Amino acid sequence: MGRTFRSAAGSLKPMKALVWHGTTDIRCDTVFDPTIEDGRDAIIKVTSCAICGSDLHLYDHFMPGMKAGDIMGHETMGEVVEVGKDNTALKVGDRIVVPFTITCGQCPQCRRGNFSVCERTNRNKPLGDAAFGHTTAGLFGYTHLTGGYAGGQAEYLRVPFADSTHIKVPDGIPDEHLLFLSDIFPTGWQGAVQCDIQPEDTVAIWGCGAVGQMAIRSAILLGAKRVIAIDRVPERLEMARAGGAEVLDYDAEPNIVARLNDMTDGRGPEKCIDAVGLEAHALGAVDAVYDRAKQAMMLETDRAHVLRQMIMVCRPAGILSVPGVYGGLIDKFPIGALMNKGLTVRTGQTHVKRWTGDLLRRIEEGQIDPSFVITHTIGLEDGPEMYRTFRDKQDGCIKVVIRP
Amino acid sequence: MSTMRHPYPTRPAPGRGAQAGHQELARGLGWFSIGLGLLELAAPRGLCRTLGLEGRETLVRSYGVREVATGVAILMSHDPTPWILGRVAGDALDLATLAQGFDGDREQRANLVAATAAVAGVTVLDVVCAQGLMADKRLSPPGRYDYRDRSGFPRPPRAMRGAAADFETPPDFRVPDALRPWRDDGAA
Repeated sequence: MGRTFRSAAGSLKPMKALVWHGTTDIRCDTVFDPTIEDGRDAIIKVTSCAICGSDLHLYDHFMPGMKAGDIMGHETMGEVVEVGKDNTALKVGDRIVVPFTITCGQCPQCRRGNFSVCERTNRNKPLGDAAFGHTTAGLFGYTHLTGGYAGGQAEYLRVPFADSTHIKVPDGIPDEHLLFLSDIFPTGWQGAVQCDIQPEDTVAIWGCGAVGQMAIRSAILLGAKRVIAIDRVPERLEMARAGGAEVLDYDAEPNIVARLNDMTDGRGPEKCIDAVGLEAHALGAVDAVYDRAKQAMMLETDRAHVLRQMIMVCRPAGILSVPGVYGGLIDKFPIGALMNKGLTVRTGQTHVKRWTGDLLRRIEEGQIDPSFVITHTIGLEDGPEMYRTFRDKQDGCIKVVIRP
Repeated sequence: MSTMRHPYPTRPAPGRGAQAGHQELARGLGWFSIGLGLLELAAPRGLCRTLGLEGRETLVRSYGVREVATGVAILMSHDPTPWILGRVAGDALDLATLAQGFDGDREQRANLVAATAAVAGVTVLDVVCAQGLMADKRLSPPGRYDYRDRSGFPRPPRAMRGAAADFETPPDFRVPDALRPWRDDGAA
């Protein structure tokens, strides 16, 4: 056991947490407090956490590898209340944001800045190897394929490899400005950075959820000539427009590929970003109906409607950036168009810490305030109902922050 | 040290309202469907005799299979709406079948009236549930929530274009020069 400074919560004291019990069944349960398990660990008292769009893939159980009793959440910040004996990077009282990717900071991938594919932090490496060919980093609250670590939608969180897995943040800045350094801000940023945006570029972004909104702002800051955002939810399109994007409502546009071509003199956008992922909706599109049917019969896990559109509409020699989460297998993938057009595809979970120093500076300097995306602030007890509201895009919900 | 303030208003959870109620009603109808289906499978002869529908045992058994399958689907699916709509169609079949029992002067007329009233009542519940579930999924009408001021930028977006010009794309994310012909002359 490390140095124990936690006075508010002794070992094995109960706390509240949002716990996954099955498909669309998340409950606010009383569970045991986390404890230090390794010398590099730290325990934080969670001051703010958030529900992420990718949590909805777990809620709907499209991602395999969840077990009843798993604590949800991977966007978390708080105050350090206990530190493992080998952790010299943190001390009790430090205010930290927790990156959703757990990183050792020492393996070859971490040393290259490829934190999301850390080779050491997935404690279920054989599962990761089986699912993806080679293991990727451990993730908080995101299936046993990525370590089965307890998530941060709780009163306390154990942070493994905490001497590397943290972003120290200063006092005096509200949680709402900083919390999204844990995931959606660097994820949207990396989505845009992967496009290597040039001043003449048109960037098309599918999905105006929280990551899409961050990608829009990032593309604007990085100097894109035009940003075109695609969604169907009126509030999300309005927020996208507020951030500087032209918008397309795919409920009103029967052919998004043709419309994007029209908007770009028939050439297509140079850069395309998929901020949707595996649960793509497209009412009435033949391939979307096909995906739905195959997914229902468990013949494929992910719906690739957005990927197909991006491949077909992207200008030859352009770039496809995929921050949207995919978990398994897709069908009818237009590899011929991808190959013959010479498209570059950049994907991956976010290398959070690679970007957060720079992004924290931009927040401190007032260049951007990521809290614009928050629509709801709730307590843990309202979490289960809010998952459904968020999933169904009701009540104008775009981003939910939880104050435990 | 910064003393920023969180400027954007947020809302609390909308609360456990009608949406949760429709889901719970659907689950109740799912269990009812399974119960009725099992009864139709286990005792078709007794049911037909009680209702004066002798000779239709096979039909009642097939309705039992339909009820059990629909009930299981309602309980297992994350969106029960199509299955509840299926129940409404099934209710219509049930009512049509019961209507055939009113032909002629039968002793079981009282039972038939009671059964028809019960099915009609359940039909109302199915319709209310289906309408509620469909309404729950409708998106908010445009303009209900005003996010026009949520740019996240200190100045209009046009003025923020390229504000992160000091950022240098890492070498591993840079496009090879040969793959960016539009950069030098501004056109492909």
